[in-house]
Amino acid sequence: MALDSKIPAGALADKWTKHKGEIPLVSPANKRLIDVIVVGTGLAGSSAAASLAEMGYNVKAFCFQDSPRRAHSIAAQGGINAAKNYQNDGDSVHRLFYDTIKGGDYRSREGNVHRLAEVSRNIIDQCVAQGVPFARDYGGLLDNRSFGGVQVSRTFYAKGQTGQQLLLGAYSALNRQIAKGRVKMYARHEMQELVVVDGKARGIIAKNLVTGEFERHSAHAVLLCTGGYGNVFFLSTNAMGSNVTAAWKAHRKGAYMANPCFTQIHPTCIPVSGENQSKLTLMSESLRNDGRIWVPARKEDAAAIRSGSLHPNDISEEHRDYYLERRYPAFGNLVPRDVASRAAKERCDAGFGINKTGEAVYLDFAAAIMRYGSEEAHVKGFNNPSESEVKALGEKVVEGKYGNLFQMYEKITASNPYKEPMMIYPAVHYTMGGLWVDYNLMTTVEGCFALGEANFSDHGANRLGASALMQGLADGYFVAPYTVGEFLSKDIRTGKISTDSPEFEEAEKAVRARTDKFINSNGTKSVDFFHKRLGKIMWNEVGMARSEKGLKEAIADIQALREEFYADVRVLGSAHGMNPELDKAGRVADLIELGELMAKDALERNESCGGHFREEFQSAEGEALRDDENFAFVSAWEFTGVPAEANLHKEELTFENVELKTRSYK
Amino acid sequence: MDLTLKIWRQNGPQEKGEMKTYPISGVEEDMSFLEMLDYLNDQLINEGIEPVVFDHDCREGICGMCSLFINGEAHGPGRKVTTCQLHMREFKSGDTVYIEPFRAKAFPIIKDLMVDRTAFDRIQRAGGYISVNTSGNTIDANAIPVPKEDADRAFDAATCIGCGACVATCKNSSAMLFASAKISQFSLLPQGQPEAKERVLNMVHQMDLEGFGNCTNTGACEVECPKGISLENIARMNRDYLFASLSSNK
Repeated sequence: MALDSKIPAGALADKWTKHKGEIPLVSPANKRLIDVIVVGTGLAGSSAAASLAEMGYNVKAFCFQDSPRRAHSIAAQGGINAAKNYQNDGDSVHRLFYDTIKGGDYRSREGNVHRLAEVSRNIIDQCVAQGVPFARDYGGLLDNRSFGGVQVSRTFYAKGQTGQQLLLGAYSALNRQIAKGRVKMYARHEMQELVVVDGKARGIIAKNLVTGEFERHSAHAVLLCTGGYGNVFFLSTNAMGSNVTAAWKAHRKGAYMANPCFTQIHPTCIPVSGENQSKLTLMSESLRNDGRIWVPARKEDAAAIRSGSLHPNDISEEHRDYYLERRYPAFGNLVPRDVASRAAKERCDAGFGINKTGEAVYLDFAAAIMRYGSEEAHVKGFNNPSESEVKALGEKVVEGKYGNLFQMYEKITASNPYKEPMMIYPAVHYTMGGLWVDYNLMTTVEGCFALGEANFSDHGANRLGASALMQGLADGYFVAPYTVGEFLSKDIRTGKISTDSPEFEEAEKAVRARTDKFINSNGTKSVDFFHKRLGKIMWNEVGMARSEKGLKEAIADIQALREEFYADVRVLGSAHGMNPELDKAGRVADLIELGELMAKDALERNESCGGHFREEFQSAEGEALRDDENFAFVSAWEFTGVPAEANLHKEELTFENVELKTRSYK
Repeated sequence: MDLTLKIWRQNGPQEKGEMKTYPISGVEEDMSFLEMLDYLNDQLINEGIEPVVFDHDCREGICGMCSLFINGEAHGPGRKVTTCQLHMREFKSGDTVYIEPFRAKAFPIIKDLMVDRTAFDRIQRAGGYISVNTSGNTIDANAIPVPKEDADRAFDAATCIGCGACVATCKNSSAMLFASAKISQFSLLPQGQPEAKERVLNMVHQMDLEGFGNCTNTGACEVECPKGISLENIARMNRDYLFASLSSNK
């Protein structure tokens, strides 16, 4: 099948307006005859379900958590971008578009990204109207901060809980529709299978996680808003329940998986502390506004710190290596995430890491505390304040900006970041890859749409900070509710979709068979045992640096792991009633298959771009070497039975409005 | 460290539950409380015993999914932390740790330590929103300045994660801290004014229907709240409720 991205013709800035005006409308009377399923209730899912219901469609929404408000968008910390130019620093829609294309290392579509930048402004208006309490300055207007990879201040925030506040906003819009009976909410339900009838997505098999029952739900279209697949690495900043199952089932039913190897390793996370760790915690990128990243300049100092005989505060300025400021003077500590992560790895691999495992660097606020402190002293009119007074004043300011993050750090590490520098290290955070979608956000299965992190569309090979929230809400509030019209306008005479068809019958049978297989496999090892092993393979060979040899090994190892998993996994309890181990087994089975496809995709892409770094393709200074001549395309993988035999389809990327350049933050 | 765990096991909502004892050794200081339970579950699976069921998801203190009554306190001994942020360094070798579900009439047990908190969702559906369509065609975000102090207090109220620690802690199983946080967020903002009266009346009514108890100003909820939601919100809600009751046209 040839991939048609359906990017509208015309000038870049007019594409969306023109397209939106031409999408066939469905009359209010006919909307009442159309059912839509929304899977996932994060920013994309909640906003899409609320908007579609408000427009008049009958919506069923599903989430595996006990409440839609708990989806993992809630954990996003730093902020949301919008081209408002409130700070009067020269920001514009075009600049946000350009920064996103460049930040993504020229592996995303111009048309999609421009649309994202256009609607970014409506998001802020919408959220404020809903009562989202964004941070404000003393004049009562909205405040902004800066994020990596850009030179303007366009990030709106609510302390370090922006995701929470935005999700609660979308959740409130969803609640309004649930209260009206326009959305039927199914919490503690998980999608187990996509049902395709005559080539169109017409429903899902969902599991009621409380009773263990399988339910058939039909609809005229299915929207997957199910987030990313970072948990393939076991240790990530994702929630424990985040998984790829819904997207993977759609992939197995014909939806192509695009750029699965594009994963984002976030530079500032709390380092791994031990073998029993279950997840990693992010320290928001916003901290790089004020924190300076460094390691000791001398190896012997690093060794002394590791052994506990030297304290970082005792290392003088000239013996510190602020390596980001040194290597990238133009952007300094605010280089994009992929660049910052690789630079940390480079220093640690060279022997300058500063924790027990040698895999950590410092994020230091001492300078910022003193700077804010003397500013504050000046404002308050203090004459000749002592150093400790300045420090106390500065700590107050820093607390106001990042208080909850500092508290979170201290709870986890038992170390006070006001007094000594934070220790951080890169960790898996976001997946740019995902289901392939066209301009209407429809996958290669007609009627099956993918929104938010679950699709691949806007971030190319690297996502800029504060852009995930923007994309989730853009897709859910302002894009999908309109673009589904193109597909659904043909369905006004279809009538209710029956759940008694052979397709539903078969889908349910397949789900039951999978479940029974786990319950009856009298293995010896827990699901986590396999998940952790998968994570190790992925982190070592398909993580921050990849090589042909490593990827080939990873593929063989994952294949072996999959066999062992099915032969030796132990799932206790029964298929009836609540059984989280059983649910986890199903998720890990899908992650294992996905892991193999990621390695295959990484092996196929003989270049380094964004979060995908192949050791064979780097400059003498260790910077990524992109190959635009041969790899300016989207890899879209078609499932054919096993990941090893997936078919590669290429969507060529054409750039009419930006010039492809080597990304430089020097 | 070595611990003796006493854990509530209950197979389903209608079944009878009991405390079971599980000795555990090799617990590390750096483990979070939930990682300690993962570690226990791995051992139980190896012994052929069904693992303990508990709610959890983000494991960074923001989703509000984790719960647990640990040694008689919601989210355990720490202050301003959820169970997932509680670390084993708060305990010492030889301790006996009692782990129970959040108990309240409005939070029925699903299995073991997992409870049903959908009552909270229903309270919010009763009016915890501003009736604005999601068209994006609203006025510019900066057209309504909000005094920083009001915005900050609205934000503080809005940080409630809906975990239910307040209900579990309250001797009356009252949900006043939760409901008042949700109501306060909107009552402190200009956008929330048009529906303010209806909102407080409807949400309080729903809270009563769900079977939550009343507030007797003990203040235990504020102490145990992982997000430090202030009692001030309850006072504000009471004031709003009184005003709405006396002046509403309904």
